[in-house]
Amino acid sequence: MVLAGALLTIAFVMSVEGRKGLTLSAQDKAATTEVKIDNFSFGPAALTVAVGSTVTWTNRDDIPHTVVSTDDPKKFKSKVLDTDEKFSYTFTKAGTYPYFCSIHPKMTGKVIVQ
Amino acid sequence: MSAKKKDEIIYDHNNDGIDRRGFLKCMAWAGTGAFCVIQGGVLKSYALSRMPETNPKDTMGELSFVQISDSHMGFNKAANPDVAATLKVAVDKINALPTAPEFMLHTGDISHLSKPEEFDTVDQILKGAKPKNVFYVPGEHDVLNDDGKQFLERYGKGSKGAGWYSFEKRGVHFIGLVNVMNLKAGGLGTLGPEQLEWLEDDVKHLKSSTPIVVFAHIPLWSVYPEWGWGTEDSAQALAYLKKFGSVTVLNGHIHQTLQKVEGTVTFHTAASTAFPQPQPGKADSPGPMKVPAEQLRSVLGITDVNYVQGQHALAVVDSTLA
Repeated sequence: MVLAGALLTIAFVMSVEGRKGLTLSAQDKAATTEVKIDNFSFGPAALTVAVGSTVTWTNRDDIPHTVVSTDDPKKFKSKVLDTDEKFSYTFTKAGTYPYFCSIHPKMTGKVIVQ
Repeated sequence: MSAKKKDEIIYDHNNDGIDRRGFLKCMAWAGTGAFCVIQGGVLKSYALSRMPETNPKDTMGELSFVQISDSHMGFNKAANPDVAATLKVAVDKINALPTAPEFMLHTGDISHLSKPEEFDTVDQILKGAKPKNVFYVPGEHDVLNDDGKQFLERYGKGSKGAGWYSFEKRGVHFIGLVNVMNLKAGGLGTLGPEQLEWLEDDVKHLKSSTPIVVFAHIPLWSVYPEWGWGTEDSAQALAYLKKFGSVTVLNGHIHQTLQKVEGTVTFHTAASTAFPQPQPGKADSPGPMKVPAEQLRSVLGITDVNYVQGQHALAVVDSTLA
């Protein structure tokens, strides 16, 4: 699992790097990236994206969850997401954005924007 | 009470306050059911199957009330497509109890998504119960999107802060606490400094002989922190209750019955009326547990609590909806 995750991350970073070569600007070519909520966890828990990317979270659990920034003030905060509902947020600045589910605070994740 | 029956287990809790053996033996998972009573620091536990042989005086007394929990109105997934039906069965069970309960406690997750119509449906169904008075505390599902504003408007009359309060019934002091607000990333349930201060003040004037019943949604003891089944600052709350000879803590949230005794404090979690959840750590996540439809009612339930004056502890009896 860990190895597969690491490989995926490498593959993903490579694809981001690869894209850089032919990018216009981040705004012109924003990547859409998915985070799946399964079994009370965010997958991937740490996601690296390019500046300008829109990240979409999808709740695939039978139980509602939220996606809430842990920064103060909060950078983003979803409404409660029932099964199969989605939330999207576009990251326009580089940085690390930690977040959690405000209903099940043990569920945490972060988006790293480069 | 002197003759020791075969199924009767007696533990002495006078020494260290924590009896691990007693804790393990008195753990009752949903569907099995147990009856526990403590007298003068001695815990007595009976299997529910032996209840007919038990002296009825132990389950009757000056005060009888019922705890229901986690009705999750609005939930419609495979684990229980009809949570209204099972709540109605719970009401039938309550109405059929040999001793009519004086009131009900609902330990939260009344609704699944905090929708007004979900609360309305629960209110409507509970109107069919013989006890007309219901005391609520919110679960995290009742305070979604609006920081609990709607919950307070509906159920929080006369309460403090996010909805905490206390009241007296026949010499028993009841304390409803809220531990589902302002949850922090990576953390557990939280009471918060304002509520703790209120609690300290609330119990200060009470005699140590006053029986105390505390009810809150998330367990006030560490059931399984990995799944968030505990409350960050519950130790502080329990410290304020140390002087009392009898403290009964009633929680919900984990959708299964579980008991633990620590000194003079008895912890108890109630079954849900909607769907079961797995035993701590026995699944990938605490999500709803699917059981065959014909078994569903055997893993849902209600909790009947009786107080007999002169006895040190309240008798807590779980029954399934089967």
